[in-house]
Amino acid sequence: MNFTEVIQQLVNGISLGSLYGLVAIGYTMIYGVLRLINFAHGDVMMVGTYIALFAVTTFLLPWWAAFILAMVLTAFLGIAIDTIAYKPLRKASRISSLITAIGVSFLLENLFLVLFGGVPKAFPIPKIFAGNFNVGGVILPVVNIFAPILALVFLFILLQLLHHTKYGMAMRSLSLDIETTRLMGVNVDAVISLVFAIGSALAAAGGIMWALKYPSLNPLMGILPGLKAFAAAVLGGIGDVAGAAIGGFIIGISEILVVALFPELAGYKDALAFLILILVLLFKPTGIMGKNLGGRF
Amino acid sequence: MNKTRNSLLTIAAIVVFFIFLWYASTHFNKYSIRIMNDVAIFMMLAVSYNLINGVTGQFSLEPNGFTAIGAYVSSLLTLTVAQKHAMFIIVPMIHPFDTWHLPFLAALIVGGLVTSVIAFVLAFPVFRVRGDYLAIVTLGFGIVIRVFSTNAISLTNGALGLKGISESTNLWWSWGWAVFSIIIIMRLVNSGYGRAMKAIRDDEDAAIAMGINSLKIKMIAFITSAFFEGVAGGLLAHLITTISPTLFTFFLTFNLLIIIVVGGLGSMTGSIIATVMVVWGSELLRVVDQPMHIFSITIPGVPGMRMILFSVLLIATMIFAREGIMGQREFSWNSFFNMFRARKQR
Repeated sequence: MNFTEVIQQLVNGISLGSLYGLVAIGYTMIYGVLRLINFAHGDVMMVGTYIALFAVTTFLLPWWAAFILAMVLTAFLGIAIDTIAYKPLRKASRISSLITAIGVSFLLENLFLVLFGGVPKAFPIPKIFAGNFNVGGVILPVVNIFAPILALVFLFILLQLLHHTKYGMAMRSLSLDIETTRLMGVNVDAVISLVFAIGSALAAAGGIMWALKYPSLNPLMGILPGLKAFAAAVLGGIGDVAGAAIGGFIIGISEILVVALFPELAGYKDALAFLILILVLLFKPTGIMGKNLGGRF
Repeated sequence: MNKTRNSLLTIAAIVVFFIFLWYASTHFNKYSIRIMNDVAIFMMLAVSYNLINGVTGQFSLEPNGFTAIGAYVSSLLTLTVAQKHAMFIIVPMIHPFDTWHLPFLAALIVGGLVTSVIAFVLAFPVFRVRGDYLAIVTLGFGIVIRVFSTNAISLTNGALGLKGISESTNLWWSWGWAVFSIIIIMRLVNSGYGRAMKAIRDDEDAAIAMGINSLKIKMIAFITSAFFEGVAGGLLAHLITTISPTLFTFFLTFNLLIIIVVGGLGSMTGSIIATVMVVWGSELLRVVDQPMHIFSITIPGVPGMRMILFSVLLIATMIFAREGIMGQREFSWNSFFNMFRARKQR
């Protein structure tokens, strides 16, 4: 591989990683607060992408309005899922809400299969994202530049929110102890809803970037990115927002590099994130950012 | 005295059941026999799945990946050498494996053992840290198995799959294994190990404080489940005779999850009842996917509607009827007779 190829692959990996990171933030925040693996998160991302698709093609909105609308509606979907499916089970054993999460995931997938069919739909790429940059002979697709920047902007805003506002303080406090937080006069349910809203909106943003990169949508498209994003969240240290983004970048870059360096392993690339997950659990279960969220040992 | 009476009654019930099987295998049509085989294999899967999810309380999503391993290993072992040479047309099979051939029973057991070893490798890092991750690791493993069976062409024949597997599974094999697995798992649940498993489910910290080796107990539950799921995969492969990477989808796991939740997490009796209901019910529910004619009005069928109904059923059971049919209770002869006594007194 020569120098330009290395740069191209790296940028490609970083942009893929930023998508995983955006989805992973939702996983890590929800796990941090509720200790719940939200299996439906990848499917929430899928729903966000479909909303953007219909906003652009059916309702003929300009792309920026469509993307914002998709993020807002997906945020409400997140709140609705929490209120209907998870809230009644807060006091039940943890396995109950995990089972419900799987049920919600399966429901979203099959609902969209029945409504829109399994045939992949083409995502219209707005002109502004369609071209390539040519930086001194290195050709970089606009999406690959745009996705990491967007991810970093969202991450910056979220970190400001977490560390410099009252809501952020409430969220950080919830991840330590829900009951004590409630005693401090925090409206716990409202804050949990906010966590679901933020996580789902970011998943929608990740999904839209995903669709700009790979413009073919189907109802099962959320499963694999969802799993990889979870691996990213664990790698970064579950419960830590910046860690989730870092984990996403690492998984994205290593996935692209493995395929670039060993083309004969390309078929196995979907197994890589899983291998990383197992290795992290074996050797550094607390992840890169090193938090231990009430886990044993 | 009750103990001897109860075991005699159990043996008698099993004998009566096998006489019924003999009648079924000679008198029933092919469709009914196929459904009975399905029920047996699903019962075996549900009971072993309930051992890890319901009894030990560790949420896991392994059945589709583990049945795939059992199915592939046992089929590759029962296929004759000539069949294997004829089938692997893209890439020949890796050398030592293409010459191995085992009888059906041995192949099933090897399939189960290989699955157990893989279960150990998967679960060890997970249980050492936090049981929560078991679900996502096993879910991811189902996908890895699909990736692997599609790409490792010299071992699994890739997307072409395996065909011409001998149709060895009949009512005797499937129900024999189902009854055997139920007896073994019931004995495990009622032993000291089983009580330790339930203790871990109810409060892991308290169980550890009582001196229970939680890592070891969880591993025993998971590996036992894995063994029977591997064998069930082998039985399934020898029932349908053709397997491919796309056969073992998450839908299998989802079905089993519904069975154990509806039957009652932790109750083997519940799982057995729910298996019959769900396997039979999903045959009956096929009408939902097809056009319906009610009073000369035609409702167009919506393919996939069954899946939506199933997901709603699962969520609704979890929210409104978490106990399922049986809760954590089990069938026993004593309570069976007490039921009659209570009625007589009235």
